[in-house]
Amino acid sequence: MNETTPAPAVRAPARRTPAAQPGGGPKTRPADTSRPTGRQRAAELLQRQGVLAVLLIVVIAASFIYPTFASLDNARGVTIQASFLAVVALGMTLVIITGGIDLSVGSVFALGGVLAAWASQYGFLAALLVPLVVCGAIGLLNGLLIARGNMAPFIITLATLLGARGLLLALTDEGATTYLVPKDSAFGELGQGSVWGFGYPIIIALVLFGAGGLVLQRTSFGQTLFAVGGSSDAATLMGLPVARTKILVYTLSGLLAGLAGALNAARLSSGVTIIGVGMELDAISAVVIGGTLLIGGAGSISGTLWGVLLLAVIQNLINQIGSLNSSYQSVVSGGFLIVVVVAQRYLARSRRTT
Amino acid sequence: MAPPEAEPQPPEAAVGPERSAVLEARSVSKRFPGVVALDDVSFSLRPGETHALVGENGAGKSTLIKVLTGVYRPDGGELRMSGEPVRFARPFEAQQAGISTIYQEVNLVPLMSAARNIFLGREPRNRLGLIDFARMYREATELLDGFGVRVDPRRPLHTLGIGTQQMVALARAVSVNAQVVIMDEPTSSLEPREVETLFRVIDNLRAQGIAVLYVSHRMDELYRVCERVTVLRDGRHIHTGDLADLDRMQLVSMMLGRDLAEVRREGVTSFTAEGHEAARTPVLTATALSSRHQLHDVSLSLYAGEVLGLGGLLGSGRSETAKALSGALPLDSGELTVDGTPLKRLTPAAAIRAGISLLPEDRKAEGIVPGLSVRENIVLAAMPRLSRAGVVSRARQDRIVDIFMKRLRIKASSPEQKVGELSGGNQQKVLLARWLCLEPKVLLLDEPTRGIDVGAKAEVQSLIDDLAREGLAVLLISSDIEELIEGADRIVVLRGGAVAGELEGDEVDESRLLEVLADHTPAPDPGPASGGHDDPVPPGAEAAPARQDVAPAAEEDPR
Amino acid sequence: MTQAAVSPSPGPARPEDPAKPDRPASPLARLRDPAWYQEYGVYVAVAVVLLFNALFTDHFMTADNFRTQLVQVAPIVIVALGMALVIGTEGVDLSVGSTMALAAAFLPLYLGYGLVPALVVALLAGAVVGAVNGALVSLVGLQPIVATLALFVGGRGLALVMADGQLKQIVNPDLLSLGTGSFLGVPLVVWIAGLLAVAVAFLVQRTTFGRQIVAVGGNRSAAALAGLPVKRVLIGVYVLCGVLAALAGILATARLTASDPSSLGTLMELSAITAVVVGGTPLNGGSVRVLGTVAGALLMQLLRATLVKHDLPDSTAQIAQAAIIVAAVYVARERRSR
Repeated sequence: MNETTPAPAVRAPARRTPAAQPGGGPKTRPADTSRPTGRQRAAELLQRQGVLAVLLIVVIAASFIYPTFASLDNARGVTIQASFLAVVALGMTLVIITGGIDLSVGSVFALGGVLAAWASQYGFLAALLVPLVVCGAIGLLNGLLIARGNMAPFIITLATLLGARGLLLALTDEGATTYLVPKDSAFGELGQGSVWGFGYPIIIALVLFGAGGLVLQRTSFGQTLFAVGGSSDAATLMGLPVARTKILVYTLSGLLAGLAGALNAARLSSGVTIIGVGMELDAISAVVIGGTLLIGGAGSISGTLWGVLLLAVIQNLINQIGSLNSSYQSVVSGGFLIVVVVAQRYLARSRRTT
Repeated sequence: MAPPEAEPQPPEAAVGPERSAVLEARSVSKRFPGVVALDDVSFSLRPGETHALVGENGAGKSTLIKVLTGVYRPDGGELRMSGEPVRFARPFEAQQAGISTIYQEVNLVPLMSAARNIFLGREPRNRLGLIDFARMYREATELLDGFGVRVDPRRPLHTLGIGTQQMVALARAVSVNAQVVIMDEPTSSLEPREVETLFRVIDNLRAQGIAVLYVSHRMDELYRVCERVTVLRDGRHIHTGDLADLDRMQLVSMMLGRDLAEVRREGVTSFTAEGHEAARTPVLTATALSSRHQLHDVSLSLYAGEVLGLGGLLGSGRSETAKALSGALPLDSGELTVDGTPLKRLTPAAAIRAGISLLPEDRKAEGIVPGLSVRENIVLAAMPRLSRAGVVSRARQDRIVDIFMKRLRIKASSPEQKVGELSGGNQQKVLLARWLCLEPKVLLLDEPTRGIDVGAKAEVQSLIDDLAREGLAVLLISSDIEELIEGADRIVVLRGGAVAGELEGDEVDESRLLEVLADHTPAPDPGPASGGHDDPVPPGAEAAPARQDVAPAAEEDPR
Repeated sequence: MTQAAVSPSPGPARPEDPAKPDRPASPLARLRDPAWYQEYGVYVAVAVVLLFNALFTDHFMTADNFRTQLVQVAPIVIVALGMALVIGTEGVDLSVGSTMALAAAFLPLYLGYGLVPALVVALLAGAVVGAVNGALVSLVGLQPIVATLALFVGGRGLALVMADGQLKQIVNPDLLSLGTGSFLGVPLVVWIAGLLAVAVAFLVQRTTFGRQIVAVGGNRSAAALAGLPVKRVLIGVYVLCGVLAALAGILATARLTASDPSSLGTLMELSAITAVVVGGTPLNGGSVRVLGTVAGALLMQLLRATLVKHDLPDSTAQIAQAAIIVAAVYVARERRSR
């Protein structure tokens, strides 16, 4: 997170009082308001908070139908399950807002877990720092190739998806070795400990989302993300640090994926080598369901949180309905994805034409 | 209207009698593989002056601007600001040094609000280092007020009209403590009223000692606002001097590098003086075409053998009408008949089958397929006709392509050259060939000569003449009034998406056309300060309440 | 978009525009031209890998080894052909792996009615997946990544639901012979892949549909205004891609002698996209390189085989693949990036 602040700070000394006090004293004239119409607003609200509404409906309906669903225990289970994907999806949201995509997060997630488990024998700090440094470096590599090398994010991160998986295999003797987190270590506690039964990873994810929302909405860096995604050319001509922003955002995505992997390893007490396959697509699904435009330029952190929770709740529900094959989960998720994106598309259209 | 106070302190040494250059390019060269875009160009800009930069397409204007704004780094020569050598590695550094630029196409972020666009990268912050939105909106409102634009700065930029967007860009440009403002064709998408506002702003800038580099093709504007002029041609510096010392013909001849007498003799356009013999029955009839926010009951008839001009200001629905006639604009109501037969399903494919062809306005975005060859671009629409059972016949294609490359004098190394590598004029000819090889009855031409060089322009104009003489019905849209008047036999004038009048026979002259346009000045805005509201409210639509005119739909492309 | 419509930009498309590199004439200069690598690099790379193996690898340049390699690469080639078409329209199809699984899941259900009905149903499943993708892309206007992501997620789930999550042995001799049989000493799978490559090349180069694919990918609004059936072309491309993926699923199942919807075709989308990109087809549409795609798939296969033969582990192979993808995109970037 710390990475985000320096960027705006560098640009801060730029003259920022252009016409702050024009002529005489500040004339406080009410801004002329040609506000959007009611229908537009409704459409906008639906687009922004539609997922939340769906999530609430699903949760309420499920609580009535399956009494076991509404239990506190179940809530703990669902949220801890969701917390790792949430952290990954947070980074993905930022990347997608800049109009990019990061397919490497699934592999990086797994790599982060393996590294953390391996390093946990050297203590708490090592178990956190090693995955962060390596995964951050992979993200940095993504960012450099994309921003400086001017190459397509889709394909570059596809390459690092393979590369990170290869690195993971090399570290684990082609997947044969599984590193274990020492019992009762501080690092293990990070994954397994809890406050009122809610695991630390949940709390970490929530804190990160809060920080992410603040950075996105209230800092220059956040504004630059939107600008880069909305129109990269315009952002360049406006003198915004486009390349630096992209590099930073992919680095962040790598860091967050690595952190999620480390937390997951702490929870599982081992660096599982076969996890994370396809996780990038789950993360993208959650981000898109959360209302962030895949073309970039618009999106929100909170939407992603709801999107992740929605996916987790669906999974949980299908487990609750014991008779159902667990494969139904992906069918339902896929269905949800279609419904959400198609609905978004029509909402966006109705906003335009109203 | 309060002047936008952008510059608290005048640039140093600005007001001295010497008027030393605020920005200077010394022997700047820029080469690209195979092309010398700028060859030893020197040029200087004095504080507080408005300096015109003119030249034909390819003269090097764009490259020079990009060098001045830090987009390109020069291969040779140097830039100086107030006498000090400077190097810009990025546009940001040029901005930091006080050079702001307004581009021809509004270069802002459409999805972000006006205020965020103005302050991107230098947002006002509160004590916690977070963006202070209240202050940002307040300052944005004040800035825009200074330009006579009253609009909620919270609104996403893309919901504002082009003119307002341009003003937002201007507000951004001058609010960064600019010493130099570069304007690249700033008026190309503005309405006359907005142009006036722009000129007022330029006067303000001048009063503050800010230098303006003004790039435009429009002679009237140059002579109105500029003091000095620099002419570029083929990447070389041709002339710098006071504009008052040059008359228009001299300026044009310098730009073209042609003999003065030759320019005079050629006249303005290449249309022949005499009109065309039009048929008695219309080949194309449009009745009451309507499309929400865009067209309102537009009816017109087009006769074989005539050139019908479609006049109107920007946003009047000219392009939309052309699109509607070619099936590319979804209609709410209205009917099209070709030779008396109504078209049932209105799609581009159906219109093409009925013999209607549209040369779209935006050549790059809607015309050429840059990666395909000249041959394939020409036969693109005719491909099914040149194929057997879905397999293309190369021999038939080659025959057609050969005919049209000769007839239109398309200059390409071979039919297999990629269209993206051709000049604008030749690209336009390729597109004309694409439509002509369909042997259409009706040819709709939307700005056929915009952005192409003088030679190609003349060729296209005389081609239009010939086509009408051969019995084609031609609809000509042009924002070049001379081209419209000399080219068209009849002019239908649009305003606010509706037909505002029609000129026939002797009426087709500049003063009459202006009269029709002037008779229907844009509908009065309900708000007191109307500068910001850009599109004329359609007359049919009950003078919409101010908040309803959100969508600048009239000028938006239905893409 | 509004601004773009208003002013015909005198920007980068002009001929005077300097950003366009001249074609270097001398052979030496050519080697420094990235465009040359995009055009021929993949063939050179295949040749280099073969040469390396001829010199340093025992038992590599044998008919047996080539047969194995070709049989293994055949399904990838078939999927990549469809993927190349989709990428030619500026799209991408992430659902191909799931489509393979879906086709594999359908096979055992209908084999009871005979081989042909089972094949038809499996191919039809691919066509339906493609039609849904195509409809989402062309009619609804979704971005291809999102549109096909939904079926990527849902398709495999559907396959597993239908197969009840189980692996099913295939005993139908006709189907099995598809996987193991050969003709003139060349395995049937390889014949099929080869013939399909020729067919797709013909489709792209010589048919109206093929040229329309390229035109739609090169400039969609221009194609629409030129009266091209853009929506039909897009749907057709995704259907074709789906059918090819289903066919690959059938052949892979036949070779495995079992229908395994849980793992068949996993990561196939990545292999296919890699083959297309390494083969020099630009990701932003407007061109389809069929031979390059085949060579791209071959290159990745040979590379992996080489590393395996030299006892280098899988991890190295994956990292090498990653490097090759980056290199391929790097040489493609100069010309194609804006």
